[in-house]
Amino acid sequence: MSEPSAVNRPSRVAPPRLLFESGSLGRSGFYWPAENGKVQAAIPAGLRRDDIPGFPELGELEVLRHFTRLSQRNFGIESQFYPLGSCTMKYNPKVNEVVARFPGFALIHPLAPIELLQGAIELLYELEHILSEISGMEHVSLQPSAGAQGELTGLMLIRAHLAEEGNPRKKIIVPDTAHGTNPASSTLCGYDVVQISSSAGGIIDAATVEKMMDEDVAALMITNPNTLGLFEKNIEAVAAVVHAKGGLVYLDGANLNALVGVAKPGHMGVDVLHMNLHKTFSTPHGGGGPGAGPVAVKERLRAYLPVPRIVKTAGVFALRDDCPKSIGRVRSFFGNFGVLVRAYSYIISLGADGLEEASRMALLNANYIRKKLEKSYQIAYDEPCMHECIFTDRIQHKSGVSTLDIAKRLLDYGFHPPTIYFPLVVAGALMIEPTETETPETLDGFVEAMLSIAQEAKENPELVKSAPHSTPVRRLDEARAARKPVVRWERQRADGDERQG
Amino acid sequence: MRYTPHTPSDKEQMLRVIGIDSVEELYRHVPETLRNRAKIDLPEGLTELAVRKRLAALASRNAAASDWSFFLGGGIYHHFIPSAVDAVISRSEFSTSYTPYQPEVSQGTLQALFEYQTLICQLTGMEISNAGVYDGASAAAEAVLMSRRIQSPSRRRVLISRALHPHYRAVIATYLRNLDDMQLEEVPFDAAGATDVEALARNLNDQSMCVVVGYPNFFGVVEDLTPIRSACANSGAQLVSVTTEPLALGLLKPPGAFGVHMAVGEGQSLGVPMSLGGPAFGFFATRKSFIRNLPGRLVGETVDVDSQRGFVLTLATREQHIRREKATSNICTSQTLCTLASTVFMSLLGKSGIRRLAEVNVSRAHEARDRLVSRAKLEACFSGPFFNEFVLRAGNLEEILKRCATAHIVPGVPLGQWYSELSDCLLICVTEMNDREEIDRLVGAICS
Repeated sequence: MSEPSAVNRPSRVAPPRLLFESGSLGRSGFYWPAENGKVQAAIPAGLRRDDIPGFPELGELEVLRHFTRLSQRNFGIESQFYPLGSCTMKYNPKVNEVVARFPGFALIHPLAPIELLQGAIELLYELEHILSEISGMEHVSLQPSAGAQGELTGLMLIRAHLAEEGNPRKKIIVPDTAHGTNPASSTLCGYDVVQISSSAGGIIDAATVEKMMDEDVAALMITNPNTLGLFEKNIEAVAAVVHAKGGLVYLDGANLNALVGVAKPGHMGVDVLHMNLHKTFSTPHGGGGPGAGPVAVKERLRAYLPVPRIVKTAGVFALRDDCPKSIGRVRSFFGNFGVLVRAYSYIISLGADGLEEASRMALLNANYIRKKLEKSYQIAYDEPCMHECIFTDRIQHKSGVSTLDIAKRLLDYGFHPPTIYFPLVVAGALMIEPTETETPETLDGFVEAMLSIAQEAKENPELVKSAPHSTPVRRLDEARAARKPVVRWERQRADGDERQG
Repeated sequence: MRYTPHTPSDKEQMLRVIGIDSVEELYRHVPETLRNRAKIDLPEGLTELAVRKRLAALASRNAAASDWSFFLGGGIYHHFIPSAVDAVISRSEFSTSYTPYQPEVSQGTLQALFEYQTLICQLTGMEISNAGVYDGASAAAEAVLMSRRIQSPSRRRVLISRALHPHYRAVIATYLRNLDDMQLEEVPFDAAGATDVEALARNLNDQSMCVVVGYPNFFGVVEDLTPIRSACANSGAQLVSVTTEPLALGLLKPPGAFGVHMAVGEGQSLGVPMSLGGPAFGFFATRKSFIRNLPGRLVGETVDVDSQRGFVLTLATREQHIRREKATSNICTSQTLCTLASTVFMSLLGKSGIRRLAEVNVSRAHEARDRLVSRAKLEACFSGPFFNEFVLRAGNLEEILKRCATAHIVPGVPLGQWYSELSDCLLICVTEMNDREEIDRLVGAICS
């Protein structure tokens, strides 16, 4: 690998303007002739607008060139290795994109008669069963739009069940290593959050849970493998302790990619879990959505699942809304159907053998990186990891180089950084999740970059601390953005209207 | 089909580096009792060709708008999507990237989101917009929750128009069901198909937190928000407008001009395929003074160390990854690829195009309604002005649906499933995708 440039090479290419700073009055990238129908008479004048001040006036090529240029200012999985921990940035297969665009999936309307949607509902019905089988749970709802909405849904199921038994209870126990969505979803479900510390080994032990368990605890939320990349090996004992006091166990399935074909959450004493289809099942992250966060439950929670439920009778699919104990709808229509189609396509592509192999190779890749970096970066927990490994900046800190600096310097080497400063229990965490779709050569390239940076931290710390040097913009002033937020373009703020004409 | 690139010799070499003999050893912390039962009972993997065939077979059992005439709206609309939209969102730099936590290598997504936020502000006439939420229904629920954060605890009554989309009413109810202090009440609609303002005014008091109305509402009626806004102002309640058909805002007075507190809705109409109702996105716009109460992602402008303009995620102290149980919301996705599609869509149409398309919708919908009333003898159910959807009453609804189905036409959404008093009514939507010939066939099928 060639040494990345140490200094910023100024480019003569001007940074892209905003859509609102280009174009010309009256220009449009859309052609549709006027029609002679009545418009004025149809909408009273008091309910009409004359203009949309500031709206774009651009031609089609101008628009395409604008967004193409913007795309070139992004990292993506097909251009860069993207080992972002806990996000499972695996390859997003092209065939999934092709099938999701079939007119029979993309151009179907959710309120069409159900007999005109039999293929779509069959796909959903099958996907529910596939996800049940993979997770070892009994029933699935595909409605939640994302992992966080899956969490909220799962907690609502727990609450509805406990309320029916007479007492919804008050608290949710959440480990200190949990994703921030766990406590946030608990609050939204009307619960107080009690934090439980993981042991020195980075996992939860049953004795600690036992001390915290009482009749006010509705559930324990646990992530397995947890965000330290460690398998919660006491999970069965922990679940038994929770169940003994009448609580339930929620599993955050964000890290399911480590477990497919290896262990089923349904066998661990878990009562409800969500799965992130945009992680384990390869659907594109889209720069921050859309994802999908189906929930899976044991039989005791089935009655509370969101409506509508899919039922199959004599080969015909129908929807049931008459579920009196259901928590209701958590979103409109059927959830993120287009995402569900992609996940289904991925799962049948890989099959049972391919899914299991994917999990195994995810572990192999993570442990390979762990081994190769263990002498240059401090390992957070001296245990073999599952699908991701956590390092800290402790060694580099001696020369004043922090995790943030290491992350920014990786950008100069052409790699997306790992997740940083998470989980919160590890000071200066660098959380690396390579996923299974990377070759050992790519991992070697990344390792080489990390080793160079460790060297630079010793010999030339300023170089690392002032990184990145080769990105379209350099370190950004986030404090300024938050202090006086500018969250939209406004004409008076720009240097006049830069449009011609 | 597999996407793991490891050859046997790759594996062997990697195991040697790690210092173990088999991948199995990496699972030594997973109890035997779990591993023994983990085998997945699913078929073996398929070739890419077989996958395409299987999915094509499923797709062929659905009626697609490419083969059928749909007059279906009700929150999801069949609109024309220019080819350039898919060309942009198919670029892997946009589609495969993560939430832009590393702004130096995410300026593409961040600038596009900043532009999206601006476009939504312009379209709704509001001061600020977040980067997007799951869908219109969760946007409505998040608006109610935001009002709860702003209003005093003595105000916990939420008044929801019955003319708001039934799914949205259901989702709001689900989101509020575990917050013990909340009271949810419905406001009836009148003969115009609009929220009954007198009933609303009677129900508003000093405990009212917010009022939620559709604009246009579920019946397609363009409600005059002025009297509703006045009624709210008198009682101190906030007003939330919910728009499921944002193309209408190309022509209609924007919610911001009525002084609403929050303008939210479903963005699917703006360049996202119907796809059985998802994924698309919810938009969420409000006043600048509420910025620290916003749910979801927000992009702000700043500068880098060389004073170059750049964009970052901002006010993250509202969010779950920082604030955990005290966050404004648990949401951490902004449906970014869908909001990007809408940003490209709005950029292409631009000021004149979006107005033209809105006018075409109004014109065709009104022509269709006039002909269905005069020739097919259906009865107009409501008197209020409408954009591209309207409700008609038919004596023989079942028969009409059957006749239309034979002609590969879905004439609308029967309303009886949500409104018993409208059991013989059909919500009919006409967009630019329904040309004159389709409208002729619809009238013909109903008359035959």
